[in-house]
Amino acid sequence: MNTSPSPARQFNSRLGLILFAIYLALYLGFVFINAFAADWMEKIVLAGLNLAIVYGFALIVIALLLAGIYGLLCRAEPGEADTSNKQESGQ
Amino acid sequence: MIYDPSWTAVLVFLSFVVGTVGLSFFLGRRAKSSEGYFAAHGQIPWVVNGVAFAGDYLSAASFLGICGMIAAYGYDGFLYSIGFLAGWIVALFVIAEPMKRLGRFTFADALDSQFNSRGIKGAAGISTLVVSVFYLIPQMVGAGSLIQPLLGYPHWVGVVMVGVVVITIVVTAGMVSTTWVQFLKGSLLVIFSFVLVIMLLQRGFSTNDTAFETIGPIAAKQLDGEQISGRKVLPADDGWSPPPAEIKITASSTTATVTQPSHGYANRDVVKIQGATEPSYNGNWTISNVTDDTYDYTMLTEQESPATGNPLASKILYIRLASVDQAGYDIFRVASIEGSDNVLMREGQTVSGAGDSKMINGAPNGTGPDQRQLQPIGYLSKLPDGQTETGPVGPISFFTTLNDSEVMLWGNDRILHSDDTTTTVYYQKPTEGKQILRPGEHPKFKGIRSGKSTDRLNFLSLMLALFCGTASLPHILIRYYTVKDGAAARKSTIVGIATIGFFYILTLYLGLGAMTSGALDLTDFNMAAPLLANSIRGWLFAVISAIAFTTVLGTVSGLILASSGAVAHDLLDGVFGVKLSGPKQVRVAKIAAVIVGGIAIVLGILFKEMNVGYLVGWAFSVAASANLPALVMLLFWKGTTKQGIVASILVGMISSLGWILLSADTYKSVYGIDPANAIAPFSQPGIVTIPLAFLTLVVVSLMTRKSAEA
Repeated sequence: MNTSPSPARQFNSRLGLILFAIYLALYLGFVFINAFAADWMEKIVLAGLNLAIVYGFALIVIALLLAGIYGLLCRAEPGEADTSNKQESGQ
Repeated sequence: MIYDPSWTAVLVFLSFVVGTVGLSFFLGRRAKSSEGYFAAHGQIPWVVNGVAFAGDYLSAASFLGICGMIAAYGYDGFLYSIGFLAGWIVALFVIAEPMKRLGRFTFADALDSQFNSRGIKGAAGISTLVVSVFYLIPQMVGAGSLIQPLLGYPHWVGVVMVGVVVITIVVTAGMVSTTWVQFLKGSLLVIFSFVLVIMLLQRGFSTNDTAFETIGPIAAKQLDGEQISGRKVLPADDGWSPPPAEIKITASSTTATVTQPSHGYANRDVVKIQGATEPSYNGNWTISNVTDDTYDYTMLTEQESPATGNPLASKILYIRLASVDQAGYDIFRVASIEGSDNVLMREGQTVSGAGDSKMINGAPNGTGPDQRQLQPIGYLSKLPDGQTETGPVGPISFFTTLNDSEVMLWGNDRILHSDDTTTTVYYQKPTEGKQILRPGEHPKFKGIRSGKSTDRLNFLSLMLALFCGTASLPHILIRYYTVKDGAAARKSTIVGIATIGFFYILTLYLGLGAMTSGALDLTDFNMAAPLLANSIRGWLFAVISAIAFTTVLGTVSGLILASSGAVAHDLLDGVFGVKLSGPKQVRVAKIAAVIVGGIAIVLGILFKEMNVGYLVGWAFSVAASANLPALVMLLFWKGTTKQGIVASILVGMISSLGWILLSADTYKSVYGIDPANAIAPFSQPGIVTIPLAFLTLVVVSLMTRKSAEA
């Protein structure tokens, strides 16, 4: 779609996809344990809390951590070029 | 008395609403151009926009619905919280920046940025309208439920109030004021929820065993006497006990074995046997060794020959006793005690009729001398180590204490009378604390324990729709156009995730706190969070209700704005080619806002009885199926064609809508038809329709691409 994305943009979208993949794996883990091994969820795993609460809270906290990492690592795009993608229109 | 409207409450409430609307007038004075109306000139500071994201997203359904579901069933409601938040990861990492780069005002702009096709604008415009309207219904229904107890007006007045206030906000100001309203409301919601959680932890837990009466242990055979503990037993006729079934009984020593095809009883039910010629067979018995067609019980004397005469069996479940000091009756549900023939009778509550002829426990609904009201519920029956009060608890010991306690949850049953009316019986269900801290108590999620594959698919499907839905909601997507650039879009999403994540962690405390607050309304769990506030401080109830109401206002204005944008910008301009100048376009959008607002008011009144969370699930499924495949493929696959996008949006939208309309849930709660006849195999469409929309896009794109090149 975009013929020459700036290196910053390429870096950012790659970073986004990697972090997305990490979170997706964690989320899938949670969903699949619930769907196929629901009993694991009531096991006490940490400080008297069961897996359901620990994993659930972890998903929320990790979402925030990953978002923070993304915000820190993302490179600024020069001038936030919003004209760069207009050239291909009307093919 | 569950609700107790006071003047303070009304005043606090009204000042919130007036303040919000006044602010929108003040901030909206400058927004005259279409950039200002639809996108707030792209100049909203990113922090404000981030909190406004939270304001947009934490709708009445999130706040009231999730807390209510947790209060009723425990952990299951929190699954929604997790899914809703996880959806933001899709929004941040995949969608946010491209959306900002590609579009101008609406989501259709972004899809259409390289094609300039009427078809895309039309399809995206329609899907925006459909999703917005579905998302509007639960907000309006929620508003009605809030107004009813607070101000004492009927449901429809609440709906009309929200409609009028929101139309005023949208028409006078557009995106600038909507953003500020959302910012204000988002911050207030999180701050006051946090305050509420702190006060809740300070209060700690306590047990309550006086709210409802428990009779017993008494011997099972006493259950069909004339009197129980000195009170007259009302006859179990007119539907109060099932018609006795004909049975065969054989015996060996003191063990009697009953053959009764598809009886539907469970181990430890109390069954009344009568009509056998041999007296030792007759009586009330706790049954065991239950199979599909047989069960056993232990007689008091030995018996070897099979029963003769006309033996009949019926289960004893509910006993009604004449009330001593009040009108009507007191109802009790029979529960057997492990390892004995004795039973406990736990008090329940009944509701029959509706409106003015509503009856509670067999007496007219009201506060008068011959009237009765539903009693508030929600308490712990046991704390660990026999404590009766814990004092303040910490954020972790909150859960560990609950894990070792016993909570009274409530179930309900329907009794069908001979004149075709029904009585709903609400009964107490002692539940171990650790059961409410794990998924699988809610009827919708039970399947993950029963191991039924369709139920598992249903669960996976819901979690998928929640994950994919957020990044496809039109009123969330338009918020990306209110900030300056991609970096600001990114930063406001991070602020949004932080705010929303923090709030969702609070929901688990709020919901479980409400579950044990002793203040819940059996018939309306959507009010769990405000009622929890009420049980702590009266003024907090007013504040939380007012915030919930402004929550509705904010979300509804965002949605109406998104749909009016879709009409004015995508459909009129993009599809029909009506070129309007900026101010004229704004005027058309405002007219559209009034019309959409009107439709929302009507639907909000019509769908009064529907569960709020259920409707939100629809909106997410439809949004995820219609919008997400098109967005993602456009961003990541160069082969995408305009025909592919149009086909994918239409197929995703129509298939998910169709699936929902043909599902068991809809059969049951909308049409009132037997859910067993439903065509769709499970209720949540996402797991089928989202891949279907992806597939459609790829296939149609491949086909049209060749013809375009040739």
